[in-house]
Amino acid sequence: METILISVLNGLVYGMLLFMLASGLTLIFSMMGVLNFAHASIYMLGAYLAFTVSRFVGFFPALIIAPILCGLIGAAIEIWGLRRVHHNGHIAELLFTFGLVFIIQRLVQMTWGMLPMAYRVPPSLDFPLFVLYGANFPAYRGFMLLVSAAMLLGTWLLLKKTRIGLIIQAALTHPHMVSSLGHNVPRVFTTVFAGGCLLAGLAGVIGGNYQTTEPGMAESMGPIVFVVVVFGGLGSLAGCFIASVVMGMIQTFAVVIDYSVADLLRPMGVMLTGDTLLTEVLTVPVARIGALLPFVMMVTILFFRPRGLMGTRDT
Amino acid sequence: MTSSIRRLCFAFVALSSAMAFQPALAEDTIKIGYVDPFSGPFASGGDEFLKVFGYILQKVNADGGALGKKFELVPFDDKLQPAEALIALKSITDQNIPFVMQCTGSNVGAALLDGVSKHNARNPDNRVLYLNCGALATELTNEKCDFWQFRFAGNVEMRAAARIKALPKDLKKVYLLNQDYLFGQSVQHDTRKWLEKLRPDIQVVGDELMPFGKVQDFSSYVAKIKASGAQSVLTGNYNRDLNLLIKAAVDDGINIRFDTYLAHLIGGPTAIGAAGENRLTTISEFGPNVAVELKKPEAEAFASGWRANHDTDFSEINFLTMLQMLSKAIDKAGSTDALKVALALEDAKATDMVGFPVQMRKEDHQLLMPFYAVSFSRDVKYDAEKTGFGWKTDFIASTEDLTLPTTCKMKRPAS
Repeated sequence: METILISVLNGLVYGMLLFMLASGLTLIFSMMGVLNFAHASIYMLGAYLAFTVSRFVGFFPALIIAPILCGLIGAAIEIWGLRRVHHNGHIAELLFTFGLVFIIQRLVQMTWGMLPMAYRVPPSLDFPLFVLYGANFPAYRGFMLLVSAAMLLGTWLLLKKTRIGLIIQAALTHPHMVSSLGHNVPRVFTTVFAGGCLLAGLAGVIGGNYQTTEPGMAESMGPIVFVVVVFGGLGSLAGCFIASVVMGMIQTFAVVIDYSVADLLRPMGVMLTGDTLLTEVLTVPVARIGALLPFVMMVTILFFRPRGLMGTRDT
Repeated sequence: MTSSIRRLCFAFVALSSAMAFQPALAEDTIKIGYVDPFSGPFASGGDEFLKVFGYILQKVNADGGALGKKFELVPFDDKLQPAEALIALKSITDQNIPFVMQCTGSNVGAALLDGVSKHNARNPDNRVLYLNCGALATELTNEKCDFWQFRFAGNVEMRAAARIKALPKDLKKVYLLNQDYLFGQSVQHDTRKWLEKLRPDIQVVGDELMPFGKVQDFSSYVAKIKASGAQSVLTGNYNRDLNLLIKAAVDDGINIRFDTYLAHLIGGPTAIGAAGENRLTTISEFGPNVAVELKKPEAEAFASGWRANHDTDFSEINFLTMLQMLSKAIDKAGSTDALKVALALEDAKATDMVGFPVQMRKEDHQLLMPFYAVSFSRDVKYDAEKTGFGWKTDFIASTEDLTLPTTCKMKRPAS
């Protein structure tokens, strides 16, 4: 019981971090049709910028400044990069962002070096918030939940309750109509791209000291964010939210499950013996392959419901 | 506009090809092809080793090099991919470089071992020696041993023996957590074997393999470890897989030791920081504090010479030993011919920088060397990576302690 409760909390924290990253990506993806490969790289930039900025002005100003810097970088990428390759079609855009991953990776390594940064949780948040069955729940994780919930609310209000949100939503589904009505659709694109990068940067600021700030962090977060976007469905913030939390929970819960498929079959009278490949696969405990489960789920959903959990159009 | 861009491209191509050919022009050096990851997620290790070798070569070349010539390193990026390493091996043999050296990754090491063996069988007049300075899987000098490989790094089993010998006497319950790939499984296997042999009183309350580099949140592992009642986590994890684990444990507030194999790797102390104080131990080849504790001013001067220009510590004493033994063997052989040098290296004895005896065993070409069990402490002269904490020696596993039997049945060349 206690393991379940702790796992739920930790799964939620990780899921919300995923959501911050994935929400920006899903907006960009559904609007511009660009699977922005460099999204996790912006996340990494956010963490590094936050580390550097926080050394001068402290963590909380950095929480604001670093995401804004990331947003500006995103706007620059859109205006001088993506827009120029846009008329060559989606493949060109895809390859462009793919190239950006390596460039940002290299730039980060050249600027900050190859070693992990000593980016730590600020002392004012470095205490246990409460004790649950003898396990501390760090205040910083609570803070992460708070920030991501605030972000969720903010994004939702912006998209649903403001005029900008209305135009963005319209541009998502009917870009030509919006353009005909006299709105500057390219500028909407830039705004969305910059906004998505800002959210990724924000995720980087609070994810960088929750995990470690190092050149490999983009590579480790990249694939799982794509899984969330595809699983949740294009253009659906709600789907993205559900998918993030589900993925977070799966990854934390899988670790706790020491059973394998073979254990499940045993009560049904199926006994697996011998040294065949099938036996090998079926007797691997779930804990050992936990990190693989999200990808299995993505393949499954692409098979049965290509538009994702709450998507409105096919991937 | 376009033409200027084109001209720029040509300039780049010309420049880069000029740089690529430059090393081949200098003929009066003894070249060593150095294969390691210099790009990708493991680049930090390769990058650091390259700098360390630069520092070591200054000393070895100042001491006279070999045959009156200086050593020169020719780096090749393998991205930690066996296939890339074999391409590098091809260019090394094409350039008639007699030595190929590699220090990261047992999967790459296994591929190189095989590649070098095949190359030498097919090209007896252009043989190469494989100097293994960090592919640690035990089997590379046991089941898979090869005449053309010389391993100048303690293998996993030697480390496991040192690891278990150094465990405190009052430790009764341990949890094994390792990465699910060749190295992690090797650590898991050898740790269990030596626990049974040396410390049957210790109970293994958990034994687990985790996905390599994929886990983002270790709090569930910590909850599991806590539920098992373990006093220590025995782990071969390194880089993020270790840093995040320790971070999660500190967040949880659990009071537990981390008896690791590789926490001293570059970047580890920075990422772990105060979280590791007095509960993190590792098995290392050397460290500046070893020189202080053993009162070896010369070794201390060499280690602090490195510290003066770098944020990291010099711990790669076996790299120095390797190049010193190689230069002696080349002098003894009178040439850089792979076979002659190999025969001169076999059973070669030397003393390392702090004065301990080491030996290249003839049966399996494994360097027999000592290891230091060290813990992360404030109470040291030299801190690691400017963290305020450094590695303090708790126990020295001597060369004799770590002379373990081998199952190697080596096929020796005819001549």
